[in-house]
Amino acid sequence: MKRFWNGYQKDIADDHYFYERSCIRQTFFPGSEAAFLKILREELGKDICDNPHQHTCTGIGYHSDVVPFETTMTVVARLFSLMKECGYKNYVPSCVTSFGVFTEMINKWEENPELKEKARQYLWDACKREFEVPDNIAHPSDIIFKFRFDLKPHMKFQLVNRFTGRPLKVVEHIGCHYAKIFANSGIGNAEFPYVLAGMIEAWGGEVVDYPERRHCCGFGFRQYLVQENRGYSIANTQKKFESMESYEPDFILTNCPGCSMFLDKWQYTIAEMENKTYDKEGYGIPVLTYEELTGLLLGYDPWTLGLQMHQVQCERLMDKIGIPYRPSDKYRGHNGRLLPSPEKPVNLKV
Amino acid sequence: MNLIEQLKEDVRFEESLKSCMNCGMCTAVCPAAEFYDYDPRRICDLVQRGDDEELEQLMRSDTIWYCGQCMSCKTRCPRGNVPGELISVLRKVSQETGLFRHSEKGVQQQQLMGTLQKNILEIGYCVYPDRVDPDYHPEQGPVWEWYHEHIADVAPKLGANYHGKGPGALRDIPQEDLDEVRRIFEVTGGMELRDNVIND
Repeated sequence: MKRFWNGYQKDIADDHYFYERSCIRQTFFPGSEAAFLKILREELGKDICDNPHQHTCTGIGYHSDVVPFETTMTVVARLFSLMKECGYKNYVPSCVTSFGVFTEMINKWEENPELKEKARQYLWDACKREFEVPDNIAHPSDIIFKFRFDLKPHMKFQLVNRFTGRPLKVVEHIGCHYAKIFANSGIGNAEFPYVLAGMIEAWGGEVVDYPERRHCCGFGFRQYLVQENRGYSIANTQKKFESMESYEPDFILTNCPGCSMFLDKWQYTIAEMENKTYDKEGYGIPVLTYEELTGLLLGYDPWTLGLQMHQVQCERLMDKIGIPYRPSDKYRGHNGRLLPSPEKPVNLKV
Repeated sequence: MNLIEQLKEDVRFEESLKSCMNCGMCTAVCPAAEFYDYDPRRICDLVQRGDDEELEQLMRSDTIWYCGQCMSCKTRCPRGNVPGELISVLRKVSQETGLFRHSEKGVQQQQLMGTLQKNILEIGYCVYPDRVDPDYHPEQGPVWEWYHEHIADVAPKLGANYHGKGPGALRDIPQEDLDEVRRIFEVTGGMELRDNVIND
């Protein structure tokens, strides 16, 4: 039996990571990337390299079929060569789609060694560079999961409703490319994904299991990126909201930056189009990235984490947990200058 | 070379379609099949038959452009096929042969190519906040509009290095790195695909 369950485990390196930033996470959740590096360095005392020469893995272009396989494979090889140049062997891509792309390329190289040689030749011809395959690839959430019990003593808050004393009910969404492409690459495999659920349970919350838990967030690459196709995206996200609504979750926790954005923004869109929200009071269900959640529980300032960038507001959730915040600082810039507040939606309460 | 031979030239073809038994598990789990008139089971069946006329009809239709690349089909196929990956191979050949131009959804590749490759080659990322214009993204809501307008004030507060030098989120990537990425696109066929799609 032990051998059977090995497929549901994952080796995650202990230290010395090479971080790769995400197109979507740095665009919509830059505070999450900063928080992850801070958590690793300051809370856990780990070494993580943030190299300025890195770039996209092309994953969005690859899955939108505007970047050929050979090109993506060689861009991946260049990123690995940067890691090698810096003396690291543990690769940490900040995006679930990147994580899927790297896992796919390594798998293809293992199954077709001649492809790996082709990648070496392409990279040499284009950049005069050489690369090595990482010893370990982990999504940042894997690392937070690995150290979830080490972080707990540093935490100032738990996932408990301070008014009722009951665990908060949390919907988790791990993102399709985390474990659906290569099941063994995710903690808990594709069948029992545990990366976010493990954090929620360790930190006092209760995971909501609902029928469409594993359904796609609806991104669909070209189905969102082309404006005329966005019906696909919102319809699939709506299917998830309808499925989770009756469980009355306190918030949604996400793994993938794209999913975080869609689950937040489509709630606003549905509220404005149909005057429908999926909570009882008309505010929507707050959506947090795992970095934001970890940072909040550690006592980081919510406006430095970037919670003011969410369209579904997070104050009511922070009130439930008992996290203090200064409303007057929410819309201040980095120099303390008070900025005008965003316009209020017509239907979605803020 | 006929179309099935062109498909087989892609290393992903063999891995994505080994032997489909037409059980329909992929269609049952497919988000695209819920939204569009789309059936990955039928696509696998058609490609498996290898009839050139049928393949041409498929590659000049909207059908191959409906997949959202979530890859849920890969997890569930009892035979280890990957219809979502097969779709990528079909899309590639459709773009190489110009067949994509015959469908409304296929022609959208010109817009996608223009946006995504331009972003990658000019700024080093597929997406960048300056290029997510609120006028074209009403679904992003008023908070995005606010961020877009005040990003120079807000991004540094969030730890980003907006248009700065050195490491950090949203930094400007050194030109020598962008030049290397461009050379990768030139050497590996990325530019050729772009020219084929945009100038076709």
